[in-house]
Amino acid sequence: MIPPAIQMTGIDKRFGAVHANRAVDLTVTKGTVHGLIGENGAGKSTLMSILYGFYAADAGSIAINGKPSLIRTSADAIHSGIGMVHQHFMLVETFTVVENVMLGAEGGMFTARGAAAVRSKLLELSQAYGMDVDPDAVVSDLAVGELQRVEILKALVKGADILILDEPTAVLTPTEVDNLFVLLRRLASEGKTVIIVTHKLKEIMAVTDRVSVMRRGEMVGTVETAGTSPADLAELMVGRRVVLTVEKGPARPGEVVLAVEDLCVRDARGTLRLDHVSLSVKAGEIVGIAGVSGNGQSELLEAIAGIRKPSSGRVSLKGEALDCGGTDDPRTLRAKGLRHVPEDRHRMGLVKPFAAAESAMLGCSDEERFGKGLFLDRDLVMADCAAKMAAFDVRPADPGLRTALFSGGNQQKIVLAREIERDPQLLLIGQPTRGVDIGAIEFIHKRIIALRDAGKAILLVSTELDEVLALSDRVLVMCGGKITGERLPDQTNEQDMGLLMAGVTSEQPKEAA
Amino acid sequence: MSARPAPLWLTAGVVPLVNVAVAFLAAGLVIALIGENPLEALQIMLRGALGSQYGLGYTLYYTTSFIFTGLAVAVAFHAGHFNIGGEGQALMGGLGAALVALSLPFLPWPILLPLCVLGAALAGAAWVLIPAYLQAYRGSHIVITTIMFNFLAATLLVYLLVGPMKMAGSMAPETAKFVPGATLPLMNQMAAWFGLTLTRTPLNLSFVFAILAAITVWVLIWRTRLGYAIRTVGANPDAAVYAGISPARITVIALLISGGLAGLMATNEILGVQGRLINEFTAGAGFVGIAVALMGRGHPFGIVLAALLFGVLYQGGAELAFDKPKITREMIIVIQGFVILFAGALEMMFADRIAALYQRFAGQPVSA
Repeated sequence: MIPPAIQMTGIDKRFGAVHANRAVDLTVTKGTVHGLIGENGAGKSTLMSILYGFYAADAGSIAINGKPSLIRTSADAIHSGIGMVHQHFMLVETFTVVENVMLGAEGGMFTARGAAAVRSKLLELSQAYGMDVDPDAVVSDLAVGELQRVEILKALVKGADILILDEPTAVLTPTEVDNLFVLLRRLASEGKTVIIVTHKLKEIMAVTDRVSVMRRGEMVGTVETAGTSPADLAELMVGRRVVLTVEKGPARPGEVVLAVEDLCVRDARGTLRLDHVSLSVKAGEIVGIAGVSGNGQSELLEAIAGIRKPSSGRVSLKGEALDCGGTDDPRTLRAKGLRHVPEDRHRMGLVKPFAAAESAMLGCSDEERFGKGLFLDRDLVMADCAAKMAAFDVRPADPGLRTALFSGGNQQKIVLAREIERDPQLLLIGQPTRGVDIGAIEFIHKRIIALRDAGKAILLVSTELDEVLALSDRVLVMCGGKITGERLPDQTNEQDMGLLMAGVTSEQPKEAA
Repeated sequence: MSARPAPLWLTAGVVPLVNVAVAFLAAGLVIALIGENPLEALQIMLRGALGSQYGLGYTLYYTTSFIFTGLAVAVAFHAGHFNIGGEGQALMGGLGAALVALSLPFLPWPILLPLCVLGAALAGAAWVLIPAYLQAYRGSHIVITTIMFNFLAATLLVYLLVGPMKMAGSMAPETAKFVPGATLPLMNQMAAWFGLTLTRTPLNLSFVFAILAAITVWVLIWRTRLGYAIRTVGANPDAAVYAGISPARITVIALLISGGLAGLMATNEILGVQGRLINEFTAGAGFVGIAVALMGRGHPFGIVLAALLFGVLYQGGAELAFDKPKITREMIIVIQGFVILFAGALEMMFADRIAALYQRFAGQPVSA
């Protein structure tokens, strides 16, 4: 019998008081695609980091192809035939593909020989697996999907038989995801072993042969993908039954609350990031913006929220023209009933070293309810936060605890509570559930729907296509700073959306492609 | 997946104490190397600084200056900026106080004295206005500009003290004496009002101002909306923009407060002790303030304690240099250097290890 490609036995790892891996066993069969799922903090990253030599396990052993292996550094891992493709690409933007792949294998003082060797290897591999990559292209000119192929090639050139991919689909369009999966299946059929770490159940179902589920540092089960369902996997991950679908009634749209006309935003270099975008959101409806991240969604939200000054265009709230980024800064806009849950709560939505109560009044610290005159009343601030925590089931419900110590889901609930509870006319939400565990996703989705049913206007941006389709009453798709199409969620499908996300509009397919 | 944080008594109490102990250990080693007994040296130092009314008076007099400059660095630090121009701002504080004292000598003291103190604060604040504006709106780095302004302040003061402001007929670079109504009473004078007898030392009313300033800064930073805005800008400028707080505006305000506090250092030396404006009166207090603020972890209470430690080092060091000819004043600077190195620059060297030890023996396990 062929020994398993990877056999991790009894892996145990603590970080201070945190028990990140508890006696974890993982067996991966050679020539398969193996999924590893779990919520944030379940220990999957730790386990993979141990396999790749970033951390040493406190206890346990690893055998690669039946051979006991001591993996102390990533050099050991590479030597054992393990390659890793990180979520954030580790490429030098100004280098060509060959130069990037060559990193760490320059082959002596002069690079010509090494480069030639890498080039022939690169061509051989890309032919063998049908990966079309120009070896002389400069990395900064490549699309995201191509960058990922370069990363995979980099690992293969170094002799990887086992590929670990960490959240590989986070930045890809649906079409690119499909291409990636075809490639992964092909790699597996050629005898390579692939481990894919993700939190997207649908992708696990689509590409893996077998899937291992982790929860709270423990391995709770390994199942054949064919014999399971997303609902079963979710239950394994969370430890209880979870509703994966969003239940909502039909929208009853009222008057127009937000109207955006010909909005343009340029970045510091003068590049057009938002290109004549027009849209409207009515009271009692959720308008979703789908698209691959970095296609102008952030600029759109920030411009409407008064954070970024648009170069041209008009924005109005309930008929009143706004001077976003000028006289209407985030503070005055809040007073007018425009609330904003930012896309990246760590960068903008919270102040991590602050106590939760202080983060929970970000943007509202001037309001009378927090104290008199120039002063803040600590008791009022704490009480206000405690009330928010109770209403949104934040755990632990401790307003004095440092913001950074809450889990992603609980941090997001704090932001949401802060922005929703002041009765907004319009709520902008970016990435409502990024880095949020499944249990909290359910809760957050319900709150958003409830807000809509209370007659509020909601503009939602998410790079999770399923989320946009599930929550929105209307969906707009953005690509390259433009709106490429509008669909009703029940009258579209993934292929259709994928084309729009790639910038192929049904009206003018040739020109945009 | 974060570990339970170490409690305050550990991070703010044990860690600095360990740092200071290591600094003294290193200094002791150097003293042993030059053939003196480190324990004896420590004893002389502590006795010299704290063992008599005289010593204590001097220690607290030094402490006063360090509290002001330490608070100045801390306020800027909370807004995310490193104001190392305390030296120049303090010099200008002295100029501000002197200008008021010399130009309005006819005013009765209840009006003149507060005006002199205000003059010190305003002049200190004014001296940071240009660096603050350049940092906030033009992105010129505050560290560079405030260093340059230290030199400018020093040269400006020399120019004024040998030129326009020099006392007629004097050979020294100094102004005329202020009227008595423009000077702060010494502590022993104030004690005498209540029938107490204290040894005469330079310790004066500004020590009380320093403590009040520390309390005010605490209230400002942790109990006001402005303090909240300052801390938000310092901890996460993007979140500040999102909240509608202008980082540029808050930067300027925080730095003006910082400069004002540095300027107040002059109340100790100029209004309290000299009674006239002299050259180079700051004697490095602006730079010691950086170490004090780091060691006090930006908290006014910690700053008062750290300032006291440096007061002890200054006064005790002077006594030590006097008693032990082999230990020169330069040696004392070496010892102070060790304290700054271990308590300031290497502040976190032991912090992680101490926290890990704590987690091991006292930490409640937290589920991942």
